[in-house]
Amino acid sequence: MKYKKKYVEVTAKFDTEGRVFPLKILWEDGSSYFIDKVLDVRPAASLKAGGAGIRYTCRINMVERFLFLEESRWFVEEILKD
Amino acid sequence: MGGEGTDRVVFHLDCNKFFASVECLHRPEIREFPVAVGGSVEKRHGIVLTANQIAAKCGVKTAEPIWQAKAKCPDLIVVPPNYPLYVRFSGLVKAICADYTDKVESFGLDESWLDVTDNVKDIRQGELLANKIRERVKEELGITVSVGVSWNKVFSKLGSDYKKPDAVTLFSRENYREKIFPLPCRDLLYVGPATEKKLLSRGIFTIGDIAEAGPDALCSFLGKNGYMLYAFAAGLEDSPVKDVLHQRGVKSVGNSVTAPRDLISCEDVKLTFSVLGETVARRLRDQGLRAKKLGISVRDSRLNTFTRQTCLDLPTSSADTLIANAMKLFCADMTEPFKVRSIGICAYELCSADLSVQFDMFGEVKRNERAEKLEKTVDILKYRFGNDCVKRASMLSDIKLTDFDPYEDHKVHPEGWFKL
Repeated sequence: MKYKKKYVEVTAKFDTEGRVFPLKILWEDGSSYFIDKVLDVRPAASLKAGGAGIRYTCRINMVERFLFLEESRWFVEEILKD
Repeated sequence: MGGEGTDRVVFHLDCNKFFASVECLHRPEIREFPVAVGGSVEKRHGIVLTANQIAAKCGVKTAEPIWQAKAKCPDLIVVPPNYPLYVRFSGLVKAICADYTDKVESFGLDESWLDVTDNVKDIRQGELLANKIRERVKEELGITVSVGVSWNKVFSKLGSDYKKPDAVTLFSRENYREKIFPLPCRDLLYVGPATEKKLLSRGIFTIGDIAEAGPDALCSFLGKNGYMLYAFAAGLEDSPVKDVLHQRGVKSVGNSVTAPRDLISCEDVKLTFSVLGETVARRLRDQGLRAKKLGISVRDSRLNTFTRQTCLDLPTSSADTLIANAMKLFCADMTEPFKVRSIGICAYELCSADLSVQFDMFGEVKRNERAEKLEKTVDILKYRFGNDCVKRASMLSDIKLTDFDPYEDHKVHPEGWFKL
C-alpha cells in the first residue's frame, strides 16, 4: 500500500493549559470528519507519509487513524489507490 | 548516584547520515534508492554533503563532487539541502536528550555529548539509558542515532563511530583496552592525515600504541599536542560536558559564498560583499551585537586562499561599514585582472550593542548610529514582507550574482574541539 502526506484543515480546541485537541478534519472536497475520540497523543514520526510531529491517534467513524501536527500544520497518511 | 567510583557516564550521540536521513524521512519515494544531499551544480556548490547508507555502499563519500559521486553511482538521487529542516530536527534530538540531563553539549548540528552521571547508578545503567534515547529518537523523529557510552568525551565519541547505524557501544574500564586499543590511530579525535603520517613513520599504528608510547615520546615529535593525544588515547581526557546554560557565546559571525561564476572585477566583488555584508550585519543586529574587527577570505579560481583582517574604527553592526572595510581589505591585495571563486566576510571581537561608545570629534559615532537605526528599520520590513522587499539598487545590476540569501540558507559549519 502506498501513502501520501496530505495536509488537511483541522478544527481544534485549545484548552487553558495550552493543550490542543483536534475536533474535526475538513477534507479538500468539502466533506468533514468528526473525531469521536483522541485515543493517544505522543511525539512520533510518520514513516509512511514522511514527517514528524505530535501524533494524535483518533477514532473517526469507528476507524482509528493517525493525525499529525507538524509544527503548525496538520497532516494525515492518505492511502493512495493503485 | 554516579558512575563507578568517581567515574562519569558520558554519552556521545551521533545522528547517522543526518541530512540524508532527514531527507529520506520526508521523501518516502526515494528512501529505497541511493540518495545524496548536495549543493546546486549550476551554482558551483556541487559537492556531496551527506549520502544515505545505500549510496555510501556504492562508495559515495561526503565532500566529493557530485559528478564523481554520479560516476560511482549512476542512479544517485541528489536532493538540495534544506537547512531550516535540519536545524529543526537537530533541536528535536537535543530536546529528547534534555529530558534526561541538562548537560547537553552540541558538537555541530548532528552530534552532542551528554553527561548523565547524576541520572544513572553506573555505566551499565547508562547503556540502558542510551538505548532508551536511541529508541525514542527513532520512534519520535524517524531517524537513527548511534551512541557511544564511556567515562570521557573522547572514548564516547569513538563509541558512537564504532558501530553504526542505530546502535549503542559501551567502552567501560573493563573492555576499553580490548576494544579501543586495536583501532587505527586515525580513529582518534584530532589525528588527521599529517599527524597520522608522523605516527606511522615511528611505528605507532594503533590507539594502543599511542597510549603505550607515553607523553614524552609523543611530545618529542608532536609538540604539546603529544600530551593531548596521549591523554585522549589513555582515557585520561576529563573535560566537562558543558551544560545548556554554559554553552559558549558567539565569537564571530560570518558568511561566505562560492559565486555562480568567477568574480573578475571589483564591481563583481563589491556586489557579492554587499549581499554577504548585509547578512552578517543583520545577524549581528539580530543578536544585539557589534563587531570590532572584520575579516575577509578570498579563494581564487586556482583554489589559492588568503584571509585578511582589520580593526574597525568603532564597534558596528552597520552593513555599509562592513562592506566598505571588506572592499578596502580586498583592494589592498587584489588588483584586476583576477579570477575569484569564493569570498567571505567575518565579524570578530563582538561586543554587546548596549555597551556605551565614546563619542568622537567628527561625528563618526553619530553617523554609525544613524546607519544602524536605518538598517534596523529595514530589518523589520524584511521580517514582515520577506528579504526581497528592500534591496540595494546596485544588486539589480547583476541578478545572477546576487541571487543568494545567506540569511535564510542557514550555513552550518563543523565545530572544533578547542572552544575558546
